Amino acid sequence: MRFEYNIESGNFTKAGDASSSFKKILKQLNVDPQIIKRIVVSMYEGEVNIVAHANGGKVICDVDTSRVQIKLVDVGPGIPDIEKAMQAGYSTASAKVREMGFGAGMGLQNIKNNADNLIISSKVGVGTTLEIIVNLPKAG
Amino acid sequence: MKLREIATILNAEVVCGHTKLEREVEAVFASDLMSDVLTIDSEKLLLLTGLVNIQTIRTSEMSDIKNIVLVRNKKATPDMIALAEENRIVIMQCSYSMYKTSGILFQNGLNPVY
Repeated sequence: MRFEYNIESGNFTKAGDASSSFKKILKQLNVDPQIIKRIVVSMYEGEVNIVAHANGGKVICDVDTSRVQIKLVDVGPGIPDIEKAMQAGYSTASAKVREMGFGAGMGLQNIKNNADNLIISSKVGVGTTLEIIVNLPKAG
Repeated sequence: MKLREIATILNAEVVCGHTKLEREVEAVFASDLMSDVLTIDSEKLLLLTGLVNIQTIRTSEMSDIKNIVLVRNKKATPDMIALAEENRIVIMQCSYSMYKTSGILFQNGLNPVY
């Protein structure tokens, strides 16, 4: 099953709407609550990153019986140094983002901690793509 | 400790979730930084925060946090209250500082997350 969401740049009122919608779907699919939390926390961090840093983007969520894959694709400045961006505490967030309670340089690390696999690809001046994979336990 | 008791000892006003005050809280986390809140994995948690915007509630929704006390005399906005009600989140408002609020709850036996 595939679910897609568009993410607006700079709209902090709507930041989290996609993650909230997807959380409701995962609940309906009877996914374990602890796994839902890992999925939506990492998706929400990624969603906030798009709102905060990019010129907009989309989230594509694929669910099958073995895993949930979340692909966050943005159009924006890109990340010049991914290794540096992954360091706890490193942030390029604006004052506005910090006012919203984010921008402490913890987001990517938190996504990594919640995901079974995280792949980040980025091109400066073009955009960034995050692929988050969370495995689902085998039924039965 | 029940939310009802917490409201009493903090002299806090319940803004939404009046019917859920029998809910039990076992631990408290205090932060204005939502990225920090998103790292917490605890059940029966109470969040103390002075951050008043819609992302406080969104973060709580994602983290399965059902109980919030706004400190420093901060007031919940109408959009925060609406989203909290939708997610069965209780919001209380108290006039004490984060430090004082934390101290009172700690003195009354509520544990930190770490």
